[in-house]
Amino acid sequence: MDNHTLIAIESVSKQYGHARDSVLALRDVSLNIRAGEFLSIIGASGCGKSTLLRMIGDLLAPSAGRIVVNGKSPDAARRARECGIVFQAPTLMEWRNIARNVELPLEVVGAPRAERQQRTRDLLDLIRLRDFAARYPGELSAGMQMQVSIARALAYRPTILLMDEPFGALDEITRERLGRELLEIWARTRVTIVFVTHSVPEAVRLSDRVAVMSPRPGRIERVIEIDLPRPRTPATRELPRYWELLREVRAVLGLNEEQNGVR
Amino acid sequence: MRLPRWVRANIQYLLIPFVLGLFLLLWETLIVVNRYPAFILPTPAQVAESFVEYWQNGIIPRHVSITLFEIGLGFSIAFVFASSVGYLLAKSPLLEKIVSPYLIATQAIPIVAIAPLIIIWINTGSAQNALIAALITFFPMLVNTIVGVRGVRDEYRALLRSYAANRWQVFMKLEVPAALPIFLGGVRVGVTLSVIGVIVAELMWADRGLGFLINFAQGHLDTPLLFATVATLSIMAIVLYLTVVLIEKIILRWRRNVQ
Repeated sequence: MDNHTLIAIESVSKQYGHARDSVLALRDVSLNIRAGEFLSIIGASGCGKSTLLRMIGDLLAPSAGRIVVNGKSPDAARRARECGIVFQAPTLMEWRNIARNVELPLEVVGAPRAERQQRTRDLLDLIRLRDFAARYPGELSAGMQMQVSIARALAYRPTILLMDEPFGALDEITRERLGRELLEIWARTRVTIVFVTHSVPEAVRLSDRVAVMSPRPGRIERVIEIDLPRPRTPATRELPRYWELLREVRAVLGLNEEQNGVR
Repeated sequence: MRLPRWVRANIQYLLIPFVLGLFLLLWETLIVVNRYPAFILPTPAQVAESFVEYWQNGIIPRHVSITLFEIGLGFSIAFVFASSVGYLLAKSPLLEKIVSPYLIATQAIPIVAIAPLIIIWINTGSAQNALIAALITFFPMLVNTIVGVRGVRDEYRALLRSYAANRWQVFMKLEVPAALPIFLGGVRVGVTLSVIGVIVAELMWADRGLGFLINFAQGHLDTPLLFATVATLSIMAIVLYLTVVLIEKIILRWRRNVQ
């Protein structure tokens, strides 16, 4: 483990169920995630990418192997609040207004009221939803709810942001906009992002590296370095290198194999 | 022909007195046509007279306060029991499997069959009436507590786990507010049942309370008083129910703006 590595995943396997009914979700997965990078994990549904993410956040325990998060066990890292988590559903508390939703993690931590409110204001500015502070989640669009969910995950300044297909339920237009805004947030906070997705363009557009997983039992096939210049803009998509990388990721996923064309 | 705008806008408030007036008119007509004596069916005026008289001489208020006290006590016992036991059962499916047959049995046996036992065991009027009310009141609140707490989705629990929240924080910041809408639905049903429970108990053996007053009026063939007592009881039940609805609206005010 070199000193750039923030999260070390060493020969991790995960088995669900017992004995004969058991399913091997992950087999012998090793991956080093660097401090400050934007890493995407991509694969088909059921390849175990969410499982891997949840094990980093200590929401699941590995059946074999070891995970080290910022020098600690996942459990110790969770207790030290190293990770903020964003799920596919915004999972906002519908009985709390937007500001109080963002404030929730700080309440749990026990931060003083003045500090909580200051931090909440800053975060709402960051996602440009300050005018919605007193609104309730039910009054916001799905995209806005996701922004709030991201702001909330950043509340106690975690070193790592774990994102489990956060934009998977959004329409293409909102998805692109939130992706751009996420990159801005990432650039400003220097948080390390582990981003699970099943969209190849999204992974290439956003990431420094893309870990491509094979399905059942999940394994990491290859980690592809995305050497596109930053900041990423709509013009990035005009670069030949962008298309090469897309093709590369698709090839590892087995999407490029010669097939009879569809009429 | 179209009704004026202000009539259409307030149609529900205009219809309520209209329907009530129609009902009273039919009632009066029935008596005039059939010439019923007052002990069979009193006129609305006779009932109103009796109502005013017994409110003014303090007899109805005295029995109302006793009945209200018993309802309050019975409902409180049921509330505490249902919310605490309900929470435990929601958290432990094993415990629920073991205990639920007995809880269901208390609901399958008619209350009048259990009531004599309670009278033998507890021989203070108000407490036994309250307990009988609690016995039929707790069940819907218990079931709704279980359903409400079980309804908290796993991802919300995972979220609080990632904050390293302790049990108390999970309880206060997630489970209680998430379960409240369903729990309060049970409270609505419960408050109505506790009125029924107390009245049934009082009807059977009490020497005070509105249930007793109904018995008393019947024994004396004072049908106008019987009607006046039932009217008092109805008003009380409606006020209690509306109070619960109001409390619910205040607690769940975040729902107002939800699309």
